[in-house]
Amino acid sequence: MKNRLKVLRAERDWTQAQLASALEVSRQTINAIEKGKFDPSLPLAFKAARLFNLTIEEIFQDQVETV
Amino acid sequence: MSKQKCENSSYQTKNKTNTVTLRNWTTAWLITMAIAAFAPKYIWEFNTALTITAVLINLAVGFKMLIVNRDYLRGLDEMQRTILLEAMALALGVGLVIGLSYELLEDIKLITYQPEMPHIVFLMVITYGLAVISGHRKYQ
Repeated sequence: MKNRLKVLRAERDWTQAQLASALEVSRQTINAIEKGKFDPSLPLAFKAARLFNLTIEEIFQDQVETV
Repeated sequence: MSKQKCENSSYQTKNKTNTVTLRNWTTAWLITMAIAAFAPKYIWEFNTALTITAVLINLAVGFKMLIVNRDYLRGLDEMQRTILLEAMALALGVGLVIGLSYELLEDIKLITYQPEMPHIVFLMVITYGLAVISGHRKYQ
């Protein structure tokens, strides 16, 4: 799953630690999500969407492989 | 874009408190275990009442440690919980599979000594530790 978390965070000039604090997760989790190594749960995705005032789809995109 | 301020959360504080609480109860459990193991021989010369009391206290502290560990896990974020649960599953599996084979070795006369429970516990602790490190590296 791709996401725009890093871009959205950079636009607001937040550090990973600040975003982690706002989403009540560890900084390592934010780092893993930004790198696409960990997919957040639906509640965490909703929380991120509320924080950035966007829809989930505007932050997270499913990576559908086209043949 | 104007800067927005993130809300402060209590996640780090809660996590730190849970970690300290778990460390304290684990230490208490180890101390009561040591008392139950050595005090009957070296302090009260196998007085039955004192020995039973020591064992019961050790069990009670052990159960409290389990509850604190559950609260610690619940307090983690979803990625850290996933890492620890995967590590626990691996440690339990390794302990079960290797533990039973190890027990079998004596029955089928491949080893001459009695298999010891601490060997399995040690193996499970090592497996758990390595799995936690590996899990953190996986998501780095």
